[in-house]
Amino acid sequence: MMRRVYMDHAAGKPVDQRVLEAMNPFFSEQCGNPSSLHSWGNNARKAMEDARAKIVSLVGAKRAEEVFFTSGGTESNNLAIKGVAYRNKDKGNHIVTTAIEHMSVMNPCKALMKEGFDVTFVPVDKYGTVDVPSLVKAITDKTTLVSVMYANGEMGTIQPIREIGDITHRKHAFLHVDAVAAVGQIPINVENENIDLMSISSNDMYGPRGVGALYVKTGTRIQPIIQGGGQERGLRSGTENIPSIVGMGKAAEIAQTETKVEANRLTLLRDRLINGLTENIASSFLNGHPTQRLPNNASVRFSYIEGESLILSLDMLGVACSSGSACTSKTLEPSHVLLAIGLRHEEAHGSLLFTLGKQNTEEDVDYVVKALPDIVKRLRAISPLTPKELRP
Amino acid sequence: MYTDKVMEHFKNPKNMGEIPNADGVGTVGNPVCGDLMTIYIKVKDNRLEDIKFKTFGCGAAIATSSMITELARGKTLEEAMKISRGDVADNLGGLPPIKMHCSNLAADGLHAAIQDYLKKKGANK
Repeated sequence: MMRRVYMDHAAGKPVDQRVLEAMNPFFSEQCGNPSSLHSWGNNARKAMEDARAKIVSLVGAKRAEEVFFTSGGTESNNLAIKGVAYRNKDKGNHIVTTAIEHMSVMNPCKALMKEGFDVTFVPVDKYGTVDVPSLVKAITDKTTLVSVMYANGEMGTIQPIREIGDITHRKHAFLHVDAVAAVGQIPINVENENIDLMSISSNDMYGPRGVGALYVKTGTRIQPIIQGGGQERGLRSGTENIPSIVGMGKAAEIAQTETKVEANRLTLLRDRLINGLTENIASSFLNGHPTQRLPNNASVRFSYIEGESLILSLDMLGVACSSGSACTSKTLEPSHVLLAIGLRHEEAHGSLLFTLGKQNTEEDVDYVVKALPDIVKRLRAISPLTPKELRP
Repeated sequence: MYTDKVMEHFKNPKNMGEIPNADGVGTVGNPVCGDLMTIYIKVKDNRLEDIKFKTFGCGAAIATSSMITELARGKTLEEAMKISRGDVADNLGGLPPIKMHCSNLAADGLHAAIQDYLKKKGANK
């Protein structure tokens, strides 16, 4: 049978078996609504608070009241950005963010611009690290919110969040951090790193999809963007998704005990993959920072060929990964992240993103390293852009 | 996402390569957009005696290039000029809607190659 190698964990992760087991009773027997007063309601409430406590512990929050459950990373980012922007309109109408944020940060910011808010998009260097002097310059008296991602899911670069938090607080603004790609991959402490709001997704730490959380430090001025029955202390209405919240809690608990060891293991696999590809394939390059990067992220580009063709070819050999190419996106635009680090369009088109996970082994990495050179060779033979010296 | 026919042509493209002393060459697309295609033709007695392609692009771009060479080979220039983007897509069992306008350039490439041939022929008279 053909080997199957799943290296697209940024797109979706398998739910941990222990998480599934923890969730199971809450679909049927334990059907209570945490707002109800009877014992079913009490059980649901207890399970939800237990899950909340595990997330509080994972991110180093001070109090249970600082973690709010949402429907996932996208909602958390929307709530943080719009919620803080609207609530602090009396102080100012300016937001500072970066050129490499996820669409769920980018697009709420652009929506706010249409409503009259000002947004500054701070550039990054060629490694994808936020240009701190530009950030300092961007923050004004009217700035209420600075939003910078912890680590970029597309090219892996980790940002100097503590320093950015320091700068933000000196200018009396709030710092929101989209940590969806980072929580559960690397240890994060919101207190030590000067974070006021932080978006977390469950699936990114092997929990179920459709659930996430927003950490909101006590004292942060924010208002809801969804109105209703006043759940989550009024910040996020809607009946709580108990099975998923329980699953996210279990995932957080597992992440807290296992992240460090797993991060070390993945870092070795990541570098084996990056080196194996860039050393064996001519005109191939790493995207993002060589060391300040997520342990599971290998983003590599191959000149003269296009990413979707690479993905289709790898899929035929049982390997799953992603691409920064326009041809694999819904918008037909190449990744704004890869363009922001200074790549030309055709370079961004030829990028592959491998994101490793718990199930991946050294054999998986070696399988990909062995398979890809022939695929690249074949596509370069077809491409009119390939220079003579690289033609077969 | 793609039909079996598209994947077949992607895996084993027909007539891939260059014709060193081609009678006509047509290049369409732009690497900035993610697709670039060059079609080479050899013409004898007003018929496409040989046709080859080189393509930078996605699965659809490579498959449509391969298909156009199959459809056009042996045809008269007039017949070949009538092959449309729709014909290429139909012969591949259809393309995803988003690929219809961006990657389905092969017919344009063929027409450009024929026009190049006609232009050169005109200049030689």
